[in-house]
Amino acid sequence: MSVRHALLALLSQGPKYGLQLRDEFMAGTGEVWPLNVGQVYTTLQRLERDGLVESDDQAASGPQNVFRITTEGAGELAAWLRTPPDLSSPPRDELVIKVLVALRVPGTDPLGVIQVHRRYLVELMQQWTRLKGDSDAALGQALVVDAELFRLDAAVRWLDAAATRITAADARVTATGAGATAATPAPATKARRRTGAAR
Amino acid sequence: MTVLELRKITKTYGEGPAEVRALRGVDLTVEPGSMVAVMGPSGSGKSSLLTIAGSLEDPTAGEVVVGGTRLAGLSRNQRAALRRRYIGYVFQDYNLLPGLTALENVSLPLELDGTPSRRAQTAAAATLDDLGLADRADHFPDGLSGGERQRVAIARAVVGERRLLLADEPSGALDSVTGESVMRLIRAACKRGVAAVVVTHEAQLAAWADRVVFLRDGLVADQTAPVSGPESLLAPRTAQ
Repeated sequence: MSVRHALLALLSQGPKYGLQLRDEFMAGTGEVWPLNVGQVYTTLQRLERDGLVESDDQAASGPQNVFRITTEGAGELAAWLRTPPDLSSPPRDELVIKVLVALRVPGTDPLGVIQVHRRYLVELMQQWTRLKGDSDAALGQALVVDAELFRLDAAVRWLDAAATRITAADARVTATGAGATAATPAPATKARRRTGAAR
Repeated sequence: MTVLELRKITKTYGEGPAEVRALRGVDLTVEPGSMVAVMGPSGSGKSSLLTIAGSLEDPTAGEVVVGGTRLAGLSRNQRAALRRRYIGYVFQDYNLLPGLTALENVSLPLELDGTPSRRAQTAAAATLDDLGLADRADHFPDGLSGGERQRVAIARAVVGERRLLLADEPSGALDSVTGESVMRLIRAACKRGVAAVVVTHEAQLAAWADRVVFLRDGLVADQTAPVSGPESLLAPRTAQ
């Protein structure tokens, strides 16, 4: 989340005080992103240095100082809104790594590992859903909470798909392998190793 | 009093090599005012659990207790009466009768149970009003949107003195925001004391529940801890 561009967006509505910017930022995100006032003033100073905002009194950055967006600031904001964030290279996802590792560790039930993470994610989603409350939330908060829920939901769906693939791979190995898995203490892991070896 | 209690429920379909053990000893208790979501992959036994809880089919073994009454001790007619008075169902495809208006769909279960038509329709109108559908009461199902149809189905499930709401993928094909409004209605019913069991494969729906139970291979494999307050989400996060 870019505080810099969020402040420019708030100033695009008209001149504002630093404290007012802090309050409006938090209200706009449903108070899901706390922001301290020191961060607001530091960011404003940088924006002013870069010529994107201006204030009545450049020497003082105190609470009485009113900030307004410059033409350059408005241009920067418009460009930022239409610049897609960099999602092209996948982040190294710890969850994915843990499930991949679980397939390789002897005596580990990968489906059990998946369930631990699935439960944790669903518990997080329950908390976010509580934040929605009993009535429709303010628009800003609803959008922020939705974003978190979709992000977590994507991880749960990936876990579900992983479980389905692992189960199917195990079934194939059991059907085609010499039935050796039945005698082993951790058939899923054993099966995994065979599947890996077969590739 | 516990609204629903499933004790060591097993359900087996078919015989011999075609035998499928859908449930293998499931225990589940649902208290008044609480919503339990049941999640699990296809074939994990979710739907069997719901139809057995609603006495739409019998378990192979184990005991179903609804509102303190053991279903096994009831005659066919007694069971049917219990289903009409105590249990409401919500299905993915709404299951509304196309030839009846929204109001008639909602009042039907009461009328079938012997409530005089006028009284049943008054109760149905009040329930539709609660769910924000007063102006849709005279519409037939094909004149309603998907979200409205599902709200009518929920009205039909909670009208009268129903204490147990059983829902199978209740937001089925609805978009996520409309699906959310469906879950809000179920939560509102729970606030009035109804106990709800919602079967779903969608985590976003399950997250509305007080407790999420995970089925795997016909067994309860896991369940969530009681929901902690959302405050814990707010503290550690700071904007960058």
